[in-house]
Amino acid sequence: MARITLDHIRHAYSPEAEARGDFALKEVHHEWEDGGAYALLGPSGCGKTTLLNIISGLIRPSGGRIAFNGVDVTDLPTEARNIAQVFQFPVVYDTMTVYDNLAFPLRNRNVPEAQVDKRVREILAMTDLESMAKQRARGLTADQKQKISLARGLVRADVNAILFDEPLTVIDPHLKWMLRSQLKQLHRSSGFTMVYVTHDQTEALTFADRVVVMYEGEIVQIGTPTELFETPSHTFVGYFIGSPGMNVMPAQLQGRTAVIGGQEIALAGTPKVGAEGRIELGIRPEFVRLERGGMPITIDKVEDIGRQKIVRARFAGHPLSVVLDEDQEIPTDAGARFEPSAIGIYANSWRVGMEA
Amino acid sequence: MEKTWNNKAWFMVLPVLVLVAFSAVIPLMTVVNYSVQDTFGNNEFFWNGTQWFSELLRSQRFWDSLSRNLIFSGVILALEIPLGILIALNMPKKGVWVSVCLVLMALPLLIPWNVVGTIWQIFGRTDIGLFGYVANSLGFDYNYVQDPVDAWFTVIIMDVWHWTSLVVLLCYASLVSIPDAYYQAAKIDGASRLAVFRYIQLPKMRRVLTIAILLRFMDSFMIYTEPFVVTGGGPGNSTTFLSIDLVKMALGQFDLGPAAAMSIVYFLIILLLSWIFYTVMTASDAQN
Repeated sequence: MARITLDHIRHAYSPEAEARGDFALKEVHHEWEDGGAYALLGPSGCGKTTLLNIISGLIRPSGGRIAFNGVDVTDLPTEARNIAQVFQFPVVYDTMTVYDNLAFPLRNRNVPEAQVDKRVREILAMTDLESMAKQRARGLTADQKQKISLARGLVRADVNAILFDEPLTVIDPHLKWMLRSQLKQLHRSSGFTMVYVTHDQTEALTFADRVVVMYEGEIVQIGTPTELFETPSHTFVGYFIGSPGMNVMPAQLQGRTAVIGGQEIALAGTPKVGAEGRIELGIRPEFVRLERGGMPITIDKVEDIGRQKIVRARFAGHPLSVVLDEDQEIPTDAGARFEPSAIGIYANSWRVGMEA
Repeated sequence: MEKTWNNKAWFMVLPVLVLVAFSAVIPLMTVVNYSVQDTFGNNEFFWNGTQWFSELLRSQRFWDSLSRNLIFSGVILALEIPLGILIALNMPKKGVWVSVCLVLMALPLLIPWNVVGTIWQIFGRTDIGLFGYVANSLGFDYNYVQDPVDAWFTVIIMDVWHWTSLVVLLCYASLVSIPDAYYQAAKIDGASRLAVFRYIQLPKMRRVLTIAILLRFMDSFMIYTEPFVVTGGGPGNSTTFLSIDLVKMALGQFDLGPAAAMSIVYFLIILLLSWIFYTVMTASDAQN
């Protein structure tokens, strides 16, 4: 269990790439609390696995330091860092029994056999693997194997952190729910620092207390699920979290109003924007109202997804999604109205503050 | 659904049957024919029962060359398999050196048997051969023409040089197919180098090793050309393996009956040992 300090971590996969400034991980400078459950969320290739492997020591960062509980571990090899990691695809030792698979990390560290037995049985019970303890790992199904990998990640009682690299990719959807809630429960009972990499927002939002959203090698926001939803600090977060994502449209500012295609939109305050370039307005589809007398829009289609309706429309030439409750009527000649408190103003993709 | 039976399809297989008959069955049957008959010349043969077989099984000469052959196969397996694994483990997994290593490894396999024999025959000579000359200059009394131990040494080193590559290539192919995640997981689990070999690499190589052992056993048990070129079976009979002995008997002495009997016994031994190997290996495989 440890507090993880990422001190100006940067990584490029080759010296040539570094010279070009082509970093897989641009600069990560952050501290993760002891016992926290973090999810690293982002699209493929955004550097989340790189960051994870830097924490576990499989990759040495090209720049920056990493510390556990304030102790610099940048130069320590993986074995010495006392980290557990579960990979995307199941890794089991085929020739061993399920029991021996779990005992392996403990035996390698010369834990007394009595203690090994106690711990392995505990974890077997926790992960529902007791019935197959004596079975060889070969010939089990993919999700059973992944459960073994998970269990092997959990078996050491003294690890600094447990890292999960998209561990549920190969698991059946109904089992996914179960395992995810088991993990969550395990986190509460064990107090391990857990870092969970995923590109699935549901997975991230249900597992983690704090979600770390990454985009093109950078952390764009760290926050609770609510913060990510209500105040995305980067247009990418707005787009990536939520379904459908946030509506983002180029706009001009005039004091407390934003202008899009000649339509004036009231804001909750005066955005603190400097002279810099591209200004955009972002609003979640959930905070757009459809009513008579609103700003003129053209409705293209309405998707009924059960409990909600998604309206795909165009506003001043920009696509606009609106989420309505299922029983909400769409008035004829409907116009749009944006909830002022839910509007965010973005300068060069980053959210800017407002003055009242 | 009712199955339609059409035996005309058998005609399709007929060409193959004819080919196999002429290339394998008929020659083999000729050998069987010789093995139970005797002749006093003029192409007149008469029935001789199992006399050649019982004579063969009682002859010291047969058992000597058989045991020489078994020892030879045992020694080269004991050398080539571990050495092959060791080299495969140390070969680079990526980069420009991969192709360099692969080509270097494949080279000996591409050289014809009699050329390999000639290379080593010259290489080991004490007058003009690099190895023989250097060994003697360094004070080793090395002479494969006169000393049985040196002759064995040469024949074994030659086989190791020629065929270890096969084991290397087979093992390497299975090693590179192990995903990186396994090695990463092993690091996380704190596994030693030995544990990585024992629990990740060896299980992965198991199947190809079965094949490598079988191939190398059968090949070495049938070895003829290389020792024949280097030592001609000598000095004395010290490197006369079964196949060399067989050729001596069949073509040197023209004892067709005993030679035919020996061929069949030789064939049965290879068949038996290969079957045992295969059964043992697959049985232990199934157990896992």
